Amino acid sequence: MNGSEIFFECLRRENVEYIFGYPGGALLKVYETLYDVEDIKHILVRHEQGATHMAEGYARATGRPGVVLVTSGPGATNTVTGITNAYMDSSPMVIFTGQVPSSLIGNDAFQEADIVGITRPITKHNFLVKDVRELASTIQKAFFLATNGRPGPVLVDMPKDILNASCTFEWPESVDIRGFKPTIKCHQNQIEKAAHKIAEAKRPLLYIGGGVISSEASEELRKLAIELDIPVTMTLQGLGAFPASHPLSMGMLGMHGTFWANQAVNKCDLLIAVGARFDDRVTGRVDTFAPQAYKIHNDIDPTNVDKNVKVDLPIVGDAKNFLQGLLEAMPEKREKHDAWHAEILQWQEQCPMTYTVEEDSLKTEFVIDQVSRQTEGNAVVVTDVGQHQMWTSQYYRFNNPRSIITSGGLGTMGYGLPAAIGAAFGITDRPVVLFCGDGGFMMNIQELVTAVHYKIPVKIFLLNNSFLGMVRQWQELFHEEKYSFTDLEASNPDFLKVVDAFGCKAMRADTPAEAEAAIRTALDYNEGPVFVEFRVIKKDMVFPMVPAGGSISDMLLERLNPKTMV
Amino acid sequence: MKHLISVLVENKFGTLNRVASMFSARGFNLESISIGETEDPEISRMTIVTRGDDQIVSQVLKQLNRLIDTIKVTDLTRQPHVERELLLMTMKLSKATQHEIFELINVFKGKVVDIKQKSITIEVIGSPDKINTTIDIFRPYGIRELARSGAVAIHRGE
Repeated sequence: MNGSEIFFECLRRENVEYIFGYPGGALLKVYETLYDVEDIKHILVRHEQGATHMAEGYARATGRPGVVLVTSGPGATNTVTGITNAYMDSSPMVIFTGQVPSSLIGNDAFQEADIVGITRPITKHNFLVKDVRELASTIQKAFFLATNGRPGPVLVDMPKDILNASCTFEWPESVDIRGFKPTIKCHQNQIEKAAHKIAEAKRPLLYIGGGVISSEASEELRKLAIELDIPVTMTLQGLGAFPASHPLSMGMLGMHGTFWANQAVNKCDLLIAVGARFDDRVTGRVDTFAPQAYKIHNDIDPTNVDKNVKVDLPIVGDAKNFLQGLLEAMPEKREKHDAWHAEILQWQEQCPMTYTVEEDSLKTEFVIDQVSRQTEGNAVVVTDVGQHQMWTSQYYRFNNPRSIITSGGLGTMGYGLPAAIGAAFGITDRPVVLFCGDGGFMMNIQELVTAVHYKIPVKIFLLNNSFLGMVRQWQELFHEEKYSFTDLEASNPDFLKVVDAFGCKAMRADTPAEAEAAIRTALDYNEGPVFVEFRVIKKDMVFPMVPAGGSISDMLLERLNPKTMV
Repeated sequence: MKHLISVLVENKFGTLNRVASMFSARGFNLESISIGETEDPEISRMTIVTRGDDQIVSQVLKQLNRLIDTIKVTDLTRQPHVERELLLMTMKLSKATQHEIFELINVFKGKVVDIKQKSITIEVIGSPDKINTTIDIFRPYGIRELARSGAVAIHRGE
């Protein structure tokens, strides 16, 4: 077999369903072979960045690694943002890049870029294939690394001559990488110690991150939380790990988390962090984070332990293993938490998540709330980055894991549209909904072609406030209302016309009544992508809010009096 | 405080770069790094000298472990170990100073590896502290060039 045939044979062995790719000079041989490949579907994107976000959306929605195929040089460098995004959010992805022929590497050849060097700090690992006989084992290792332990992106750089060269196909029976032995099973003594602490706690709180979702541990979490009667707060990436419809759900914590979740963090006597990494958007000021709590931290990546916040009981291992082990190790005699729940209820009544509705103007909160109601919290929801993203975390009530797909760590504007398309390739039995701002929508709008061409029934909900809303919010609160380069009203295109030109069904809504109807129509439309522009009010703000670097006990609750802190 | 870390890594191209760029990307201090093949040609040993408090050094160790090409990471600082560095140094030589220079070379158990009419090149082996002292003492005689290997270290045998 030649290198290109080996490449596809490897993807078959890895059960790859879709490749998100874009051809080019260094990949001509691969695309020649692909011409006759029928069992693996190649999705032609319109920009390599789009391919990476699509692959990530697919990976996050299905739990299976997303595959990207791009050419050398500019094709490869265009993937950098998408790879960094996947790295920050621990999404399994394998990126294949074409490379100039081995003999030309280092010569500043046409379309040459040192993509292995460029992506070293933003991949879990990467490879340059130097011999066609190592191609198959390298690809196998790449998939193994991307999906085992803490998931992440792995890049394989394939020089043109390797793809043309031939050898016999050999698929190693198993993968053994000396330097990669992730700890899956938690230490039993540590689990027992944790169980003991939990049994004694009067005000315990579960703090759940994306790790619970990637380890498919939602069921274990549900059992544990209900059985032990412990409230659950989740990070942005952890939403859906525990159903929002359950009374123990506290919603999100952190900068734009619920008042009661942050109060609970502040007052709890035991914090059980699972698959979470004490990110600065969660903790605010670290020295005042959960000041009264004994802290247990379970994570599969030892580097996450004691990185930002010093914990009392670190437990390295897989979240599923941890939660299962914990449930088995719990002693019979446990503290009751009635007083704790009563306290939380008080905070919930003190500062509920609400918004006002006016007949002739539209708010993003209303739109998201409506979509949440109409889909009963069961859609796969993809967001871009900014205000609408935070409102989604507040007003969409996620009932299932793998239901929020959002750029958390890197905060990549332009992520939403391609990620939603990728998710919709993977998920066909639930609606895939995108919430996007007018700024981010323009950043990868070219992928609308992909959605239209492949008739992807993604619901694109554009929340147009004619502003870079989140930046504007910070400008209003902290930068003397100098709205420097954030007002897009004069420059935004007519979105209906643009979307229509792409061949996508397009609608507009300006009032709550119109919005409600448009959402219904969009959810019922499955012939291809559908777009609704919601023209929302311009100067709405996301509250509550913890100012950056502030303590999470000091939340801004409303705009009129920014000094109102609780 | 100073830490001496020994790392076994895959002997592959790019490994040194992975380690070095991890230090710079995460803002860790990297005082010296040296690398060479071990008895197994597929494995290299790196000796790294870094500084930081316990929390930082613990992160350094974990981040090193996390790299796929690292096989084993050992903090030798608090374990019985031998640490050596090689110094090669060329100095000015004159009638007036040569006597003193030769005497000092003896004091530091150094070796003369090259000698010309107006210059002398010596090698000194020792702990990085000893190398620092050597350089300080010889400085007044006029150092022309010097090269240090960075520390290499190994566990003491049983």
